[in-house]
Amino acid sequence: MTNDSDPILDVAGLSVRFGARTERVQALDDVDIQVRRGEILALVGESGCGKSVTAMAILGLLPKRTARIDARRITLGGTDLHGASDRSLRRIRGNRIGMIFQDPMTSLNPVHTVGGQIAEIVRQHRGVDRRTARSRALEMLDLVRIPDARGRRDAYPHELSGGMRQRVMIAMALACDPDLLIADEPTTALDVTVQAQIMALIADLRRDLGMSVLLITHDLGVVAETADRLSVMYAGRIVEEGTVGTVFSRPSHGYTAGLLGSLPAEGKRRQSRLAEIPGAVPRLSDPAPACAFADRCAYVTADCRAGVPPVVHPGPGHRCRCIRPDAVYADLSQSDIVRAWQ
Amino acid sequence: MTEPLISALGIDQSFPVGAGFLGGPRRRLHALRGVDVTVAPGETLGLVGESGCGKSTLARVLLGLEPPTAGSVIFDGTDLARLPAVSLRRLRRRFQVVFQDPAASLNPRMTAAECIAEPLINLTDLSTAEIDARVLALAASVGLGSHLLDRFPHELSGGQCQRVGLARAIAPEPDLIVADEPVSALDVSIQAQILNLMLEIKARMGLAMVFISHDLSVVAHVADRVAVMYLGRIVESGPAEEVFARPRHPYTRMLIGSVPHPRPPPEGGRPLPKGELPSPLNPPPGCAFHSRCPLADNRCLREVPQLLPEVARHRTACHRVAEDATEGA
Repeated sequence: MTNDSDPILDVAGLSVRFGARTERVQALDDVDIQVRRGEILALVGESGCGKSVTAMAILGLLPKRTARIDARRITLGGTDLHGASDRSLRRIRGNRIGMIFQDPMTSLNPVHTVGGQIAEIVRQHRGVDRRTARSRALEMLDLVRIPDARGRRDAYPHELSGGMRQRVMIAMALACDPDLLIADEPTTALDVTVQAQIMALIADLRRDLGMSVLLITHDLGVVAETADRLSVMYAGRIVEEGTVGTVFSRPSHGYTAGLLGSLPAEGKRRQSRLAEIPGAVPRLSDPAPACAFADRCAYVTADCRAGVPPVVHPGPGHRCRCIRPDAVYADLSQSDIVRAWQ
Repeated sequence: MTEPLISALGIDQSFPVGAGFLGGPRRRLHALRGVDVTVAPGETLGLVGESGCGKSTLARVLLGLEPPTAGSVIFDGTDLARLPAVSLRRLRRRFQVVFQDPAASLNPRMTAAECIAEPLINLTDLSTAEIDARVLALAASVGLGSHLLDRFPHELSGGQCQRVGLARAIAPEPDLIVADEPVSALDVSIQAQILNLMLEIKARMGLAMVFISHDLSVVAHVADRVAVMYLGRIVESGPAEEVFARPRHPYTRMLIGSVPHPRPPPEGGRPLPKGELPSPLNPPPGCAFHSRCPLADNRCLREVPQLLPEVARHRTACHRVAEDATEGA
């Protein structure tokens, strides 16, 4: 699926700072993200690491008064998004970039039918008449496999289950054939059974429509099953990136290692102690010129605090900001999950 | 077999719904139907199932927070439903609860120390000095630095709040803790810290636990025994190791099969779960799972399957599994 052609989404050197004189928060620091055509890229990390801010910055949705955005480049299929006007960004959002969020109930309008909401998007962006928009809505509800789409078109959001609502969100996001779908924790609020169905739907749509997806998630299981590549984010920086196969078979950053180790997965003795990542995510108000993970890392040395670690390449297409990638890998090479990928 | 610490027998729980401001017929939502569970001293029972299956209702019934419509809850020989409020309050020292959202379940106007002291003030006869000493010891035992004790919940992280919640729960030295999704709101790295802490506390205090979670891998890790719920009934129960390694009920298999693993996905993908949980207001007749079950036949549409014991305490409520077992014998 992946190829090295021009990425559909190309973000380089993205930094975002919030706040004024008193307390500054460096939410993102020099973030690079490329989503290639037809690829699912997973952006992985814990709450507050900057995953959603990244999505908001790409979409131009951060409040101008408090957020300061710097970037060398934010382009979508060659179109510059960073310098784009509000007006042209409005045309791009929902049209060339579709979005779905964690909680479909709060993203849908409770007083309009779901069919009406899909049709409105098509009318807004495509300027087609009501009848065409309404039949497009039906087509989209069919595409996302809503049973009895004709009947459900006139349903209100509260009449649908959580899984069906998320399908409606996907239908809305794809109604204008976007180049890129940004899915921000799309299954976090759903049961595992429904999660499996929604992720399978996203994977099928990617295959059938050649869609590109930026999938924001904290769940490494979801990443392993759906994504082609992943970028692991910690405290506003990308710390490791590569194909799912390379990163899982050769984890090279202490944080990735910590995430894999802390999963209560099969293969670990029941009720045994899980490897934990000590401490908590650091405050972003005063980022030190060092590896942000140093205080929690099992592999830390004095050099880790001497500066922001440079990018190293543990293998082809595998990038990592860690000065001890070999030590991390050596420690994990015998773990169950890593061996399963080798 | 040891005497159970708590046993719930034939629990039915239903709530009136409907008749909102637009009128409409009044209906009853049957949240629990004929549920039996027991927990032995020191044992961890895991409760799993999709949202709306009745896990949290069962937790509230076990805690004596709401009396069931039918059935009885017996805690260490005492029937909670027959107990006058005063005695229930006294007994409550022995069973405590940990909630999902630690920030929302702590009083925002109390410091961490006051939160931990509250159950000691209400449920024990300790003096102020003794309480202060206990709060310090409790904070230490849940890994909460003493410098955090003067902070308010909003000044603590999610993991720290959950440590306060745990300290509060173990403060009156209970015999049983009911933990309703205790790690679901936490990040993966913090989740491991709290799970380790809970396992450690349980081992140290010899606590029994009812551990409710929608995350099967978490339950598989901590539970001794597990009960799988579907639309208000227990459909499978047994030793956790056995149920997760050899699930028998088609619903349990579907649940376990839906969990994404950080492993290379199998060729051709996994079988997808069918359908969604039907409305508990209008559950399918017969076996409630028949609408999503790959094995369902005519009998499943008519008859409610009973939870039958099979091999060594592993019970399953499924006609088809029962047939297979008879044929195999």
